Parts: sequence; C-alpha cells; structure tokens
Amino acid sequence: MSASAKPIANTRSGTGIPTVRLITWWVIASEIVIFGGLLATYVMHRLGHPEWTEAASHTNTWAGAFNTFVLLTSSLCAVLAHQAADAHDGPKAAKMLRLTVLGGLIFLTVKGFEWTKDIHEGFVLSSGGFWSFYYTLAGLHGLHVLAGMIIMLIVAADAAKNQELQRVECIGLYWHFVDIVWIFLFPLLYIAR
Amino acid sequence: MTTEAHVHHPNYVKIWAVLVLLLIVSVVGSMSHIRNVVLIAAFGVALVKAYLVAKNFMHINIEKRWVPYLLIMCLLFIAILFAGVAPDVMKHSGENWSKFPAKQGAVTSGGPATKNE
Repeated sequence: MSASAKPIANTRSGTGIPTVRLITWWVIASEIVIFGGLLATYVMHRLGHPEWTEAASHTNTWAGAFNTFVLLTSSLCAVLAHQAADAHDGPKAAKMLRLTVLGGLIFLTVKGFEWTKDIHEGFVLSSGGFWSFYYTLAGLHGLHVLAGMIIMLIVAADAAKNQELQRVECIGLYWHFVDIVWIFLFPLLYIAR
Repeated sequence: MTTEAHVHHPNYVKIWAVLVLLLIVSVVGSMSHIRNVVLIAAFGVALVKAYLVAKNFMHINIEKRWVPYLLIMCLLFIAILFAGVAPDVMKHSGENWSKFPAKQGAVTSGGPATKNE
C-alpha cells in the first residue's frame, strides 16, 4: 500500500511525531501506569512484610540473571533492526526482528522451567503474599513478551519485503520498554532478600 | 526514524556490553552480606541500566520534549499512589488500631501451598 493510499490519520503528524510512533509512546505511557502501579504496590507490601524474605529466597537468581542477559541481547537485536530499517534494508531488519523473537522464546522457556520447579515445590499463586506478586508480576510481564513476539513476527514479515519499515522502530520501542520492566523485576524478585 | 530525518546510531554493541557488565555487577554485588552494597548493586545498577536502554535504544533524549514529560508524569502518578497508600500498607499499627495478622506474620509467611492451604 502506498503512503498516499493510507487514511489521513496514519500519515499526519500534528505533534511533530509520526502518528504510528505517537501511538506507541501512548501505549508505553499507559503501560508505565499498569506496571508502575503493580511494582509500587509490591514494594510497599514487601517493606511492610519482612517475613517475605524467606519466600523470596526460593527464587533462582541465576535463572533471573540469565533471562536478564537474554532480554538485553534481544533489545540489542531490536535496535539493530531499527538501524537496518533506517538504512532501508528491510531483509536485515526482518532478520534482526526474528532474532529478537528468538530471545523472547528463550526467555519464556526459562520462565516455564522456573515456574514448573516452583509449583512442584509447592509454591503456587495462593502460597502467600510474595508468591501472589511473583506470579502476577512475572506472568503479566511474560504476556507482554508473548504479545511483543507475535507483533514482531507480523512486522518482520512486512519488513522482509521492504514494506512498512516505520513499524520496526515502534515495535522496538515497545520491546525496550518490556526490557526495562524486567530490569526492575529482576532485583525486586530475585536479588532483594 | 524511517519517516523523517535519520537518527545518529551509536555503537549499540558497545552499549550492550556495558549493560551486560552492569548485570554482572548486580549479580556479584547481590552476593555480598552488606545490606547497602546489595541495595546499590540491585536497584542503583537497575536505574543506570534502565537509563542506558531508554537513552540509547529508545532514543528518548532526541525525541520531542513532551514525550519524556509524558512518561515522567506517569511516573509521578505512581509516586502519588505510593505516597497515598504506603503509610496504611506498611504500618501494622497506629493510634487505636492494629493489624494483628500482619503483626504476627501469620497470613503471609510465604510457605509452601501444602501447609494449611
């Protein structure tokens, strides 16, 4: 689809920012409130319940650290996809986006193993306040990773044909935000004991 | 930014290497038994990592000025939420009131589900 055939709302930029990127920033702003509210609630409960330290000691720091490494690396791939899109190299951008998806897949696989182990040890959503927050925070974050992966595959399919390259940057922005959320979840759930 | 003037792309691999180095610092620091070292290693380093990602990967420093203002406003809302609710959640007793279960630590001990569930 050529740019001229698009609806006017897609092509105008009254704020000085292309509409597609403007929408992405608004999504991120709303996500800040969602994750920020949950994280703030967790922090205040955690400070009010020193006994949660014992529960937190059961989380696997190495698994959390490995997943942080995976997400940081996938963020690198996402920004390299943006760089390739800027150079109008759609196939390279698509390749980088697919590598980012691979990072998301590894992240979710590790999370799956972690949760399986936790559940086998008897730590479930209803095991206590800490575990309620642990599964809610990590679960919501995991859903965002999954959503990002699906959208990224769609964007990559177009990018491979050198189409809609502006979307590469936007899905990258979303992915970096998901990465930042994990950067805070890691110390909160895996390090602070 | 594909629809307008191209942004200057820094050396992303170098930034990623710094981020990985900071991750190692946070993991090593968390092994310390000194509380302040753990806190700085965990949360101080997390703040630096988040800043580096926002600045270099999200290019927030060269975005229109109102975008960071919008995001900061959202963070302020979270701070207001925290300030408004935290005193009630974090305190277990006050003048003429007390949260007995929380004080005893009986409700949220975080033990395995098989116990008393």
